[in-house]
Amino acid sequence: MSEAIKATSALEGFASTGFATVREAGLTGMITLRGDLADKALVKAVKDATGAAMPEQRKITTGKSGKVAWMSPDELLLVVDHAEAPGIVDALSTALKDQFAMAVNVSDARVMFEVSGEGAAPREVLAKLAPVDLATESFGVGDVRRTRLAQVAGAFWVEEDGAFRVVAFRSVAQYVGDLLAQASETGSAPEYL
Amino acid sequence: MLTLECPCCGVRGEETEFHGGGEAHLKRFGPGSSDAEFETYLFTRENPKGVNFERWRHANGCGKWFHAARCTMTLEVFATYSAQTYEPPADVIAAIKAKRPEWEMPA
Repeated sequence: MSEAIKATSALEGFASTGFATVREAGLTGMITLRGDLADKALVKAVKDATGAAMPEQRKITTGKSGKVAWMSPDELLLVVDHAEAPGIVDALSTALKDQFAMAVNVSDARVMFEVSGEGAAPREVLAKLAPVDLATESFGVGDVRRTRLAQVAGAFWVEEDGAFRVVAFRSVAQYVGDLLAQASETGSAPEYL
Repeated sequence: MLTLECPCCGVRGEETEFHGGGEAHLKRFGPGSSDAEFETYLFTRENPKGVNFERWRHANGCGKWFHAARCTMTLEVFATYSAQTYEPPADVIAAIKAKRPEWEMPA
């Protein structure tokens, strides 16, 4: 008989070290929430789920049990613990049952990478791949950007320690992993930022 | 390089982050219209040299549609504005006239 399938992340154990270090971040809970972001019930439901306040346009906020990223005028991405995600979706759906809103657990439809390194190294890796101004004064902690990574859609933000978290679709996990690994190869640092 | 500012999420991005959606403010002729009207609706585009109104989608971003008024010759973008409108708003027309005084809104 078949065995119970254990949830695995897209590229479990993927890692590469050059002038910056790339690793696949493992199982991460991600919830797409769409609705009216100005609605009080939705703001409260998000706060209850993550402890984080409603982010401003193109911002990401952090709470005690998760992060909330602004993805579009009617869409948020909640980044939470992978095991907690289904429960949070249930709680959101219950809290917003009378609203024109939708919460979906997309954890296993996505992949997350971490790009870390000294100084501006992680910025330089992303700046090679995305048409985004990644100067420190233009993109800092608390900002989130949905854009493209070479040929595919992706999103990223920067953590307090300067490491970048990169989110992409699981179907392109290998492509994005290879991109990040190649962009961070030793000797290829532009040293511009 | 064409640089557009998405009015939905405020991102100022270059054109590879967006996807063009063709001429803006078309009036649809569907069932019940004459063959000539339908043919015009489907195939006949302005394609002007100069000021042009277009639809764009922030495909690799917030995913929203919007309108842009730009110059097809210089790639200068006069304004980007909401998709939820049938014609260019007055402030967009004013922005174009400020840069191209001789330009007139086509009928």
